[in-house]
Amino acid sequence: MELLFALAIGALTTSGVYLLLRARTFPVIMGLTLLSYGVNLFLFASGRLATGQQPVIGTAASYSDPLPQALVLTAIVIGFAMTAFLVVLSLRNLADNENDHVDGRRETAPPPSKLEQEVSGK
Amino acid sequence: MTHWLIAPILIPLLGGILQVFMGYAPISLRRTLAIATTVLMLVSAVVLLALASDGSYRVYAFGNWQPPFGIVLVLDRLAALMLVLTAVLGLFCHIYASGGADEGNRQFHGLFLFQLMGLNIAFLTGDLFNLFVAFEVLLIASYGLLMHGGGSSRTVAGLHYVVLNLAGSALFLISVGMIYSVTGTLNMADLAVKIPQVTGNNLNLVKAGGMMLLVVFGLKAAILPLCFWLPKAYARATAPVAALFAVMTKVGIYAIVRIYPLMFGDDAGELANLGMDWLFPLALVTLSMGVIGALGADNLKTLVAWQVIISVGTLLAPIALGSEAGLSAALFYLVSTTWTVAALFLVSELVASQRGAAGDSIVTAPKMHHRTFLSVLFLIGAVAAAGLPPLSGFFGKLLILQSVESGAEMAWLWGVLLIGGFLTLIAYSRAGSIVFWWNIDGHLETPEPMNNRVAISTGILTCLTMLIVVLAGPLSDFTRATAEQVYDNQGYINILQTPVHIPQNPLVGEIN
Repeated sequence: MELLFALAIGALTTSGVYLLLRARTFPVIMGLTLLSYGVNLFLFASGRLATGQQPVIGTAASYSDPLPQALVLTAIVIGFAMTAFLVVLSLRNLADNENDHVDGRRETAPPPSKLEQEVSGK
Repeated sequence: MTHWLIAPILIPLLGGILQVFMGYAPISLRRTLAIATTVLMLVSAVVLLALASDGSYRVYAFGNWQPPFGIVLVLDRLAALMLVLTAVLGLFCHIYASGGADEGNRQFHGLFLFQLMGLNIAFLTGDLFNLFVAFEVLLIASYGLLMHGGGSSRTVAGLHYVVLNLAGSALFLISVGMIYSVTGTLNMADLAVKIPQVTGNNLNLVKAGGMMLLVVFGLKAAILPLCFWLPKAYARATAPVAALFAVMTKVGIYAIVRIYPLMFGDDAGELANLGMDWLFPLALVTLSMGVIGALGADNLKTLVAWQVIISVGTLLAPIALGSEAGLSAALFYLVSTTWTVAALFLVSELVASQRGAAGDSIVTAPKMHHRTFLSVLFLIGAVAAAGLPPLSGFFGKLLILQSVESGAEMAWLWGVLLIGGFLTLIAYSRAGSIVFWWNIDGHLETPEPMNNRVAISTGILTCLTMLIVVLAGPLSDFTRATAEQVYDNQGYINILQTPVHIPQNPLVGEIN
């Protein structure tokens, strides 16, 4: 179970970081989402992985740690809010700059102005 | 247990919620209520400062849970100093904003108050995960504030800021998880007890967690490899927002001062002084980078934004050396530089509003209106920021220079700080003389009126630097006591023994 869990966290984080470094806002948002999934799983694992154990002291020989679940819940809620905000912001970016490049650059060079045409003609 | 500790969080929270529901109320009513909230917050911060100045720790345990099991708020001198610093700054920025900058967005005052609440939580909390939550609260409010006023250039700068901070939050969570998986606690006092006991392979996990925390705080504080987002974002924000953001980088510095001497201090065994070897050279390089940026700035707001980075470098260098005198000097300079930089942002916006199309660009333009008033304010701000006598920036830098013991570090710090200060002076002289003196013929047809609120709040915030000079003795005594308290870990650890008052439930007896 540990190996599978570690591989899942690793795969999520790797693809998250790769997408985060892309130049379009959509992959960046996907990357951040995947990264936060990886982080949530990681936080969850910080209380040790166990099955069939209760988070109550004294009911069994060993108990599981309930705190990481509370931390993950908080992180998920915050992550949702931030992702929603980021989606709206990048839509605004798309509307303002007419493309979804993270730097707001124009995709193709604007047509040469009259002045430039005259200069290049000479 | 005193309930005053929760006041700086509850007041802006309730005031902010009120603003959310009053989006369609008349703007004068909203302004009055919002400023009243900020004034109340300042009063509560001053009360907490008076409480904290006796040198003891005060603990507020949520839900009466005995630390380390519940979340606690901890008040000490450092937290109280930061609270008052923020509340004063927040009040003047708020008055400035109510002079017209708050129009165009119904939720401006709500966001502003939530931002103040997030800052206050960050200063008061005694729990590592709660610190993360505080960062998120202040960040999400700051995203909204940064967008205030619109414009496509602001969207792009805002997008970078948001993505960068979300990545920072992910790193914060990873480091919290690493530290929790080894120590089993997130209470800062308990961590200070547990971390020195860590041995074997676990040592590396805590070490990695601690270093990643430093990266996160470095991102908030804008230390060199992580500082290039700042000038763009701050220079494009509305003036009162940019001025409030002057304290945001100080939150990162506060977190470093709070966590590293406590959890990775001299008592931390193998993890003692983790990361501090890295911090000193990085601080000096940050300072140099800030100076280069300030020299190359082509408008006033960008110049001031680079000044933020200069002050971050200046603050972190003595902190990284880890002496009490250094921390005391840094705290003195922190108060001075935060207010000065904020005042300079406000002055730049006023200058821009009086120059028509030229705005705050450093170019020759027709003579501006209210030139005498604005140029005097700019002069005071620039002298304080560059660290010339007789204003407070000079005393702050002098204390920092005095605090270093002789050796290689002293040579580096003196060299970089003094040359940097000289070059900053050149940057300000150049900007000031072009903007205020090199006028071309002609005049603006329709001057924008400058209302009283804007002028008075900017004037007072600028003149606070003189107040610091007048009160330099008491303030430096206070920062010295604060530094002593920060480096005395035992006092902070003792909050674990705080007795929690459990009220008797009258119903229990009846049922039995």
